[in-house]
Amino acid sequence: MALKMVKGSIDRMFDKNLQDLVRGIRNHKEDEAKYISQCIDEIKQELKQDNIAVKANAVCKLTYLQMLGYDISWAAFNIIEVMSASKFTFKRIGYLAASQSFHEGTDVIMLTTNQIRKDLSSPSQYDTGVALTGLSCFVTPDLARDLANDIMTLMSHTKPYIRKKAVLIMYKVFLKYPESLRPAFPRLKEKLEDPDPGVQSAAVNVICELARRNPKNYLSLAPLFFKLMTSSTNNWVLIKIIKLFGALTPLEPRLGKKLIEPLTNLIHSVGAGRGADRAVSAVLISLSSGMPNHSASIQVRPARAGASPPLKYLGLLAMSKILKTHPKSVQSHKDLILQCLDDKDESIRLRALDLLYGMVSKKNLMEIVKKLMTHVDKAEGTTYRDELLTKIIDICSQSNYQYITNFEWYISILVELTRLEGTRHGHLIAAQMLDVAIRVKAIRKFAVSQMSSLLDSAHLLASSTQRNGICEVLYAAAWICGEFSEHLQEPHHTLEAMLRPKVTTLPGHIQAVYVQNVVKLYASILQQKEQAGEAEGAQAVTQLMVDRLPQFVQSADLEVQERASCILQLVKHIQKLQAKDVPVAEEVSALFAGELNPVAPKAQKKVPVPEGLDLDAWINEPLSDSESEDERPRAVFHEEEQRRPKHRPSEADEEELARRREARKQEQANNPFYIKSSPSPQKRYQDTPGVEHIPVVQIDLSVPLKVPGLPMSDQYVKLEEERRHQQKLEKDKRRKKRKEKERKGKRRHGSLPTESDEDIAPAQQVDIVTEEMPENALPSDEDDKDPNDPYRALDIDLDKPLADSEKLPIQKHRNAETSKSPEKEDVPVAEKKSKKPKKKEKKHKEKGRDKEKKKEKEKKKSPKPRKKKHKKEKEERSKGRKKSKKQPPGSGEVAGEPVHNGAPEEEPLPVRGTSAPPPHTCDVRGSLQEDSQVTVAIVLENRSSSVLKGMELSVLDSLNARMTRPQGSSVHDGVPVPFQLPPGVSNEAQFVFTIQSIVMAQKLKGTLSFIAKNDEGATQEKLDFRLHFSCSSYLITTPCYSDAFAKLLESGDLSMSSVKVDGIRMSFQNLLAKICFHHHFSVVERVDSCASMYSRSIQGHHVCLLVKKGENSVSVDGKCSDSTLLSNLLEEMKVTLAKC
Amino acid sequence: MIKAILIFNNHGKPRLKFYQPYSEDTQQQIIRETFHLVSKRDENVCNFREGGLLIGGSDNLIYRHYETLYFVFCVDSSENELGILDLIQVFVKTLDKCFENVCELDLIFHADKVHNTLAEMVMGGMVLETNMNEIVTQIDIQNKLEKSEAGLAGAPARAVSAVKNMNLPEIPRNINIGDISIKVPNLPSFK
Repeated sequence: MALKMVKGSIDRMFDKNLQDLVRGIRNHKEDEAKYISQCIDEIKQELKQDNIAVKANAVCKLTYLQMLGYDISWAAFNIIEVMSASKFTFKRIGYLAASQSFHEGTDVIMLTTNQIRKDLSSPSQYDTGVALTGLSCFVTPDLARDLANDIMTLMSHTKPYIRKKAVLIMYKVFLKYPESLRPAFPRLKEKLEDPDPGVQSAAVNVICELARRNPKNYLSLAPLFFKLMTSSTNNWVLIKIIKLFGALTPLEPRLGKKLIEPLTNLIHSVGAGRGADRAVSAVLISLSSGMPNHSASIQVRPARAGASPPLKYLGLLAMSKILKTHPKSVQSHKDLILQCLDDKDESIRLRALDLLYGMVSKKNLMEIVKKLMTHVDKAEGTTYRDELLTKIIDICSQSNYQYITNFEWYISILVELTRLEGTRHGHLIAAQMLDVAIRVKAIRKFAVSQMSSLLDSAHLLASSTQRNGICEVLYAAAWICGEFSEHLQEPHHTLEAMLRPKVTTLPGHIQAVYVQNVVKLYASILQQKEQAGEAEGAQAVTQLMVDRLPQFVQSADLEVQERASCILQLVKHIQKLQAKDVPVAEEVSALFAGELNPVAPKAQKKVPVPEGLDLDAWINEPLSDSESEDERPRAVFHEEEQRRPKHRPSEADEEELARRREARKQEQANNPFYIKSSPSPQKRYQDTPGVEHIPVVQIDLSVPLKVPGLPMSDQYVKLEEERRHQQKLEKDKRRKKRKEKERKGKRRHGSLPTESDEDIAPAQQVDIVTEEMPENALPSDEDDKDPNDPYRALDIDLDKPLADSEKLPIQKHRNAETSKSPEKEDVPVAEKKSKKPKKKEKKHKEKGRDKEKKKEKEKKKSPKPRKKKHKKEKEERSKGRKKSKKQPPGSGEVAGEPVHNGAPEEEPLPVRGTSAPPPHTCDVRGSLQEDSQVTVAIVLENRSSSVLKGMELSVLDSLNARMTRPQGSSVHDGVPVPFQLPPGVSNEAQFVFTIQSIVMAQKLKGTLSFIAKNDEGATQEKLDFRLHFSCSSYLITTPCYSDAFAKLLESGDLSMSSVKVDGIRMSFQNLLAKICFHHHFSVVERVDSCASMYSRSIQGHHVCLLVKKGENSVSVDGKCSDSTLLSNLLEEMKVTLAKC
Repeated sequence: MIKAILIFNNHGKPRLKFYQPYSEDTQQQIIRETFHLVSKRDENVCNFREGGLLIGGSDNLIYRHYETLYFVFCVDSSENELGILDLIQVFVKTLDKCFENVCELDLIFHADKVHNTLAEMVMGGMVLETNMNEIVTQIDIQNKLEKSEAGLAGAPARAVSAVKNMNLPEIPRNINIGDISIKVPNLPSFK
């Protein structure tokens, strides 16, 4: 045997290990792929062997190959095998491979659940650690659900190394299994104050990630973070906290003011040395909003003027944050920002561009855009130039063209931008042109003249080979010229330009627009000529059309071909009519009559469903199950809608196509059998470099490319200045007059009224037509939210107390047993009996656990009804030790037997003032939820014959315990019970109490007032009671391993106390079960008639017990981090034991 | 969140870690793209760059360039740029301690060790530990654990790999006896 092992290991040492593989790959530079495929074959052989070391070595190599881009998903099962190796070395290799290659789609991943659970509860902290690390990379919703509880337990592990990993992984669990957030949150919060800085930092990390998406739910944590910020020295934690505050301040403006002081302290305290800059920028970035931080922004300036590149970058970033709230303070740095546009670093230039976006005003728009235009000319990289282009358009079009005072200027800017060769944003310019021309009526004449000269210029046609290139502009130009042809000065000229043979080189969709708009143009020319009585001219135009249209009929693009042949026939028909001297212009132009109104992009969705129209109702019962039927009713509705806007073939066809495409996509999405075509990454990738490969045609810029008739935007700047100057003069005159008047009357005003944006009157009377929306529909951003956003599911109110149903699914037997009935508890204890040596016992315990696991597996396999039962059991368990005690009916007084079931309990006092028959009984159950909150569930049973209504529970708060009342109610208000009780019915109401200190038992007095209503009338009644919160009720059953337990005892920071009770005849087993059950302890170890037990309070006190049984007595020695808590606990325990 | 940590040399050869699930092909494309974005930049410009299309344009690339290696962290907006820059520094220093004067070859031949080191710093895209001493301690303990597990059985394998790793210099073929001074062959260093 031994020989075999040695032989095995000698064989193994000549196997290729990772280093050999790497070396091999480096030596086979020429035929790398061949070498690697050879290696993969070897690895496959190795994986077939039984020796786990060989397998691990193979998996290790695979991990490397995965990094080089080879698919290793075929080895997933082998990876799991290696993960389940007992040696840490192999386990680590396995988990690393899994973390690199597993993802949600890996099907074998479900096989790992039990293995991971085993590793999580492994006695070696590194096994656990490695499992957590691996899990964090490939956690799936199923894994998250099944393991959430195990990880929760690890969050209070004794080793900080495990604690911090467990805390951190919780974020991943939350993402995949949002239901776990609420149950886990109290403990997470607790970890913010963990003694270990690493754990603390992990908790801060997780909460910051959570809060970033849904800050409002975390406002209540602000004081805690405030404390941390002032006390923590860990830079990482500080940065995170400041970031968090950045997210919180917009929601709570008061926070901002509070923060100023500690933040300035922070800046000054790190003030010395190089760290200072870092701190400043870190702080600045995070102070995103809500703070009066003029002072802060001033500090950015020195930081940026001569600063190192990273700081410059961050300074700009900070400014863009400040800009949102304090635009004025940033605008004063305009010069610096414009200077940054000249920086050689592209990142900095892009940041500066972002800033400009927020800085424009009516006053400086032209100036800024002019600067940007010069940069466009200078810029080398296509990417940067494109970025500039989009920014210019963004800046100008922002908030509905708010800052544009002169649209002629804007159109000429757009026209100038068309000179850009090799841009990807032709469609963007086109869209802007269309938008402006349609919505600003006053500009149409100008726009049309510009567009006609664009159509006339040849350079745009040259670039037609490129998709999305600048030729897209022609799409807009053609459409505008056609649609608003009445404004054209030389329609005939434009018509000829549009019918040039070169047009056929354009992309199909542009040609289609050309064809369509040629007809529009033709119609308007026809009308002109006929009105002028030039029949010959009209015929000449028709002839031109007949001559030129055939070139489109031959187009390869179906759309173009179809439209062209249609129109050709139409024109031929017109030609015949013209030959007979029939006036046709009226009829031809009637084809395109009517105004076209802009429609808001979201309008379609907002069209209200007409009354009486049920979209879900079948119009025709579906004939078959085919999915395509599903879409029918909706399609009918769509068609109705389409008629609402004016039907225009050119636009509607596109729209219609798009809609159909959308409908088809939706259908496909609903069809489970259809493999979705996600936009393939390959394609997207290819788009990017594609641009670079296209030869950029150099334009000689020294000879400004002036298309005849194209005015340059510069002249508008000058014009604008003059105009403003004049306006100002006029205004000054007026002001002077006013001033003189004022002077005569009163004293002068202290400050001169500054010229604000509003003072600049637009150059022309501009009527920006708002986009049409259906009546009553508000444009909202609601539909912008992505329903698939994983963070949305985490938008959960965390301050609400937990409901019972929200507990995490517990699959671990160990955990549950302790809270189960005493009989069950006996089983594992008995198993351990008579094992003296500790080591053996441990082994045995493990075996026991394994057995349990097997049991669990069996259960899973068993048919459904049993599973249900299992679930039910779980539910019962999670509800814990709550057994509602039924009181014998009819008893006038309810004996308040204090039952130490560990829950805060109500001691139903003798019902006083019961003139009526005793109306009901209170029976109390309680359960623990959050760390300083306790939920008390009260069962109210109506034993009288009257109906009970309007029940209110009021409790006299003590300093230590307060009832949580609905917001806005005072301390003396009662909390209404949300139901009524007919006779004989019982129901449960829950109330939440906040407890400050848990070291002492509490009693709270309270009153339940209600109205008893019967046939004779209604009477107001009262019932006094007392709530008893025992110390045991603050304990949570927490499993603990013996080694951890021993460490805890050794640590020496626990205080000790003991108690002894005589005259006990109960068996030791039952005794332990009783303690477990009533006081929420778990057995750590048991040797003969001696047992060690452990529990943990909701505020994190560790409680350790040593229970010894003598002849007739039991002694309990306790150790606890709080002596008061311990002595109180022992007192309570004494009472329980005395009854045994 | 850290979406990916890419390490590549001046030629774009990768050593890396992804925290978001991407297919192998996409991963390689991301590396190429990132390399393209980062390597073109001057030495003395800032260490930040907006991410490429694949990894998500809204994300930041934060990188440092050491000798022949680029360390690139792709992060989303929740991370602080300077914080990450520091983290890279901590990471490199840690590697330096673990490998004793780390160089590119170390990272090439011991990719698994790099991953294990990283696992102590960043977990599932979240920063786990920033204290270098703590990181190094944990790694050392785990390495010891690994060594103790290998025990005696591991000895021959280690010996073989030591032999494989040494770089035998050319042994002088002809020793000239006539010449009294015999060249003593340089012993290969076992480092």
